[in-house]
Amino acid sequence: MPLLLFWIFAILMLLGGLAVVVLPNPVASALSMVVSFVGLAGLFVGLNAFFVGVMQILVYAGAIMVLFLFIIMLLDLKTEEKRTPKLVPVIGGLGIVLAFTIQLLGVLGSTPDKAAEPLDLTAASVAMAETSPGISAKLAAGHLPDVNLVGQVAFTSYNLPLQIVGVLLLVATVGVVVLSKRQTT
Amino acid sequence: MELLIQLAIIAAKVIGLTFLIVLPLVPISVYFERRFSAIIQDRVGPNRVGIPLTLLGGKKDISFFGLVQPMADGLKLFLKEDFTPVHVRKAYFWLAPALVIVPSLITVCVVPFGSSIGFTGEEVKLVIADLDVGPLFVFAIASLSVYGITLAGWSSNSKYPFVGGVRSTAQMISYEIALGLSIIPVLLYYGDLNLSNIVEHQAKHGWLLLPLWGHDADHTLVSKLLFWIPAFIAFLIFTVSIFAETNRMPFDLPECETELVGGYHTEYSSMKFAMFFMGEYAAMVIGSAMIITLFLGGWSLGFGSDAFISGLAIGGFKIGGLIHLAIFMAKLVAFILFFILVRWTVPRFRYDQLMRLGWVIFFEAALINVFLAALVIAAPQLGTVITVVGAVLLVIVSAALLWVLRASEPKAAPNYGLLGSN
Repeated sequence: MPLLLFWIFAILMLLGGLAVVVLPNPVASALSMVVSFVGLAGLFVGLNAFFVGVMQILVYAGAIMVLFLFIIMLLDLKTEEKRTPKLVPVIGGLGIVLAFTIQLLGVLGSTPDKAAEPLDLTAASVAMAETSPGISAKLAAGHLPDVNLVGQVAFTSYNLPLQIVGVLLLVATVGVVVLSKRQTT
Repeated sequence: MELLIQLAIIAAKVIGLTFLIVLPLVPISVYFERRFSAIIQDRVGPNRVGIPLTLLGGKKDISFFGLVQPMADGLKLFLKEDFTPVHVRKAYFWLAPALVIVPSLITVCVVPFGSSIGFTGEEVKLVIADLDVGPLFVFAIASLSVYGITLAGWSSNSKYPFVGGVRSTAQMISYEIALGLSIIPVLLYYGDLNLSNIVEHQAKHGWLLLPLWGHDADHTLVSKLLFWIPAFIAFLIFTVSIFAETNRMPFDLPECETELVGGYHTEYSSMKFAMFFMGEYAAMVIGSAMIITLFLGGWSLGFGSDAFISGLAIGGFKIGGLIHLAIFMAKLVAFILFFILVRWTVPRFRYDQLMRLGWVIFFEAALINVFLAALVIAAPQLGTVITVVGAVLLVIVSAALLWVLRASEPKAAPNYGLLGSN
């Protein structure tokens, strides 16, 4: 059953990605990108990463692509629909895809084809008993608390990078405000 | 066989909870809306439509206070001509109504409608998917419904719908931030994102906004009362943001009739229009359900009575879940009535006021509230400081709300009579 779901979401994602490139209408492309994101979120959920999957939809499909769509609609790109694809960029793009596929096949060829071992939840629970009793209790109950685990790792092992990313985003926000203020006056 | 039973249970839950409970709530809330607005405006409202016995040769119709009115409304919309204007972009025009209603109905699947029913040992929780990311899932899927409105505005290919769609996009994105930030204190308090666990916690230790029972060493009355301040601020911001997210008055700028004809659904007719309508009401039902679940105890009756109700059984078959379901529905209907009351009492905001409220007041207040809540949880000995900061923040938020409410009222022009025209 999960395998079937994997194929459904993988095909959904790939079709969405293909449609982004192929469809002439920019709005249709943007919507295809949303479809692709939803497929990707489905794959994350299939990997038990509920948090990442939901974030994928919340941030990318729900916020970023809405802004993209917003801009595209306001620009009203009528000429874009009539444009015929030129040969050189198409060949260039296909070349990059081909190079990536060959690389991927090379990696896949040298990877042993076997299923990942199931997570040992009890061992993980014992290991985390001292540092975070809440997570440990959930693991002991045979339950993978992915949100708590992501938070725990982000705020302990990767605390400094997290803070730096936060400051970076703040700088970007302030920059946007400054830039947009300058244009209006 | 085991798998088949599992599938049958899931199908029964989907059909029962989504199509037999949430969807019928949509016409019922339309009925409530019409009757309640009639009461507010000192009218009678639709009170006649019932079982038409006179058509069958009877002497008198049975009217049931007009409760059959929603069915008549639905029938009217079904039978209207489904007109598609020539100038629209057809595929998107047809897709848009579905994109509005489907996300609202998908979010139903994480709402806990009651505790569990069934025989001991084989109990079935009254929630379709007991996800560990409940509130995030609701926000994620609900944020997709903005595509429907935006696409409706764009594909209609005419000016007013387009402005409606653009407004909706900006509004949704602005208020999603306040919405997400405002519940961080709540999630910090529960330490869990599973809505069923959140409700069970509230049933045991008191609702978030009514923490009056179930005290023990880990959940003292003082600590709960101290957390009441950030919880109430979060409740205010969350509730108002839900109004904005569901495009309800006083935030219904995307379909603002006085400025935009009908807003994003100007070009729609018949069932396609009805689907926008249903999407809005379904979003309202889910929004109310989220507020109840996070702040007001979900299906729990409170005051320590829930363990008793859960234990009720008839011949080994536990029925406590059904009683909890009824309690949840009662709270839901009460909250829907509150939504309707607000719609018919508060005038519509201006667009700049809406944006200012979202970005300048709610965003900052929600951020400070996160710090305040973290302080309450991490250092409860600083009780007085927290209380003072919380009180100040509460005053600022309420003052801002009042200010916007007052500012949105039209100022009466001074009447100089005939002299004024000179």
